[in-house]
Amino acid sequence: MTTTTARGAAPARKATGTGTGNAAPRRRRRPRSDLKVALLFIAPALLGFVAFYLVPSIRGVYLSFTEYSVLGDPTWIGIKNYTAIFADDLFWNAMAVTVQYVALNIGFQTVIALGLALLMHNVAKSTLIRGALLLPFLVANVIVALLWFWMLDYQLGIVNEVINWLGLPRIAFFGSEQWAIPTIAGVNVWRHMGYTALLIFAGLQSIPNHVYEVASLDGASPTRTFWSITMPLLRPVLVLVLVVTVIGSFQVFDTVAVTTGGGPINASRVIQMYIYQKAFGESDFGYASALSVILFVILALVAFVQMKFLKGNESDLD
Amino acid sequence: MTTSAPSRKKPSATVPAPRKPVNWRRVGAWTLVAIAVVVTIAPFLWMLRTALSSNASLASNASNLLPADFSLGAFKRVLGLQSPEEAIAEGGSGAAINFWLYLRNSVIFATVTTAGQVFFSAMAAYAFSRLRWPGRNVVFGLFLATMMVPPIFTALPNFLMIKNLGLLNTFAGLALPFLFMTPFAIFFLRQFFLSMSREVEEAAMLDGAKHVRIFFQIVLPNAAAPLATLALLTFIGQWNEYFWPLLVGQDESVRVLTVGLGVFKSQSPQGAPDWSGLMAATLIAALPVLLLFIAFGKRVVNSIGFSGIK
Repeated sequence: MTTTTARGAAPARKATGTGTGNAAPRRRRRPRSDLKVALLFIAPALLGFVAFYLVPSIRGVYLSFTEYSVLGDPTWIGIKNYTAIFADDLFWNAMAVTVQYVALNIGFQTVIALGLALLMHNVAKSTLIRGALLLPFLVANVIVALLWFWMLDYQLGIVNEVINWLGLPRIAFFGSEQWAIPTIAGVNVWRHMGYTALLIFAGLQSIPNHVYEVASLDGASPTRTFWSITMPLLRPVLVLVLVVTVIGSFQVFDTVAVTTGGGPINASRVIQMYIYQKAFGESDFGYASALSVILFVILALVAFVQMKFLKGNESDLD
Repeated sequence: MTTSAPSRKKPSATVPAPRKPVNWRRVGAWTLVAIAVVVTIAPFLWMLRTALSSNASLASNASNLLPADFSLGAFKRVLGLQSPEEAIAEGGSGAAINFWLYLRNSVIFATVTTAGQVFFSAMAAYAFSRLRWPGRNVVFGLFLATMMVPPIFTALPNFLMIKNLGLLNTFAGLALPFLFMTPFAIFFLRQFFLSMSREVEEAAMLDGAKHVRIFFQIVLPNAAAPLATLALLTFIGQWNEYFWPLLVGQDESVRVLTVGLGVFKSQSPQGAPDWSGLMAATLIAALPVLLLFIAFGKRVVNSIGFSGIK
């Protein structure tokens, strides 16, 4: 959709451009470079960009090669942080926990969202239903986490009441090592499924109707239509959605911070939690910076592999 | 015709489309929709039910679907309208939380950052779409590239800078990183500015209007709808922001609601957490977003598409 707007706008600009070109005298009077005005307009954003994106990015990389405890100055220690990280069991544990979270979160979320998007597209077309399903996404992570922390409480939570009523043993959702990550993943599936469904739904709407008409004239069954038409044509959108949601999922923090704090023991200490604890718990900013450089590299790789492998930037429609 | 008919019948046997009899596929689909809506909405009702309960009675009525021992005590407690003795009698912790203060802080933080971000991003988007200058596309590309940078990566150095500037626990420290731009906001607005007609603008220019006037009197009013959508999305995002305020805004005087709620939870005494108080607090904290959504829901829902990917 973004590409369409950009493509649509380009010819229009060219047209007006030639229009001014014909009116030669006016054009000569105004040598169109608006550099001065542009600088004025862009100044605040440029300040924000340099001060809060560019410089911190460079500084983050620099800090990852230092030992820095906030007091005093950073001391250069080369790649020591990185070698330490590779020998750090807690780091590998954090990676394992994070990957487990991402797999559960993205797996369920994408399948459910795809189902919901198909329902929105074919059956429940009202904006009201779409709005209702979007609701959890608009409420703060912290609030969603607290709500589920209560509903999944071991003693009084309604979910355990139902489980008990069914005659099954109560589950310590946030309190047991084996359940903590699946529970947090589930909570965030609940929060994000409507939003993800809306993204996919927008993709479904961009598939031209005539393709479906041809399919139904040929007598294709709904299942066949889904696998042979909807899925291939939706693929670029699905890849984009996957890239965005996987990157977001790797950075899970709020839900963990509010509910388990990384526990029990190390069961839910996801990578961002680990970075946070290193930096603000142990004042080890060098080590924490190295961890976040690694996270950055992993995210870039994941995005690259997804785009490359699933050919996200190619449409089957052309 | 006759040959194609049987082959069509087989797969669509379950879907006798043009006929009146019960369309089981549709019934099944609507059942799924209903389940999804219930799963989405029910937890919010449970939040309300808990908030309207008396905390002390929750334990004995854990599975009762109606409020346990109906009481507005939780709301009063959260809003500081209850004396500590009353609060303890109802199962609260008796410790005061400065809910009003956190609420005020959240309003300031979300409003200031939204206003700044949308306005400055609109200015930049104007320069990237309507002005011609050397290096325009390179700079825009750089801006866009920052969308790939995970927030945690810049959060640590940003924290150090805010600390060095002595702005920890100030509104300036809270707001600065969000105040000037986000790549998303510029990208979002640039799309709209690019698609706007140039004719009015050129006419104004012939009349001798300067860019500043064109920006304020032509571009901004014409882009009111996308600006409003962006402001809405930004406000909701800022209202819900947790990580950055957790880093730089721990102090009571600038603590926002999300951070305050986290503290409130961990403050509860070990034995019996004040669940109804907590749910009342979360409900009030979510209220502004819920109200905005009820008022402008359609705008939000329709804005989520590809250009809406955040």
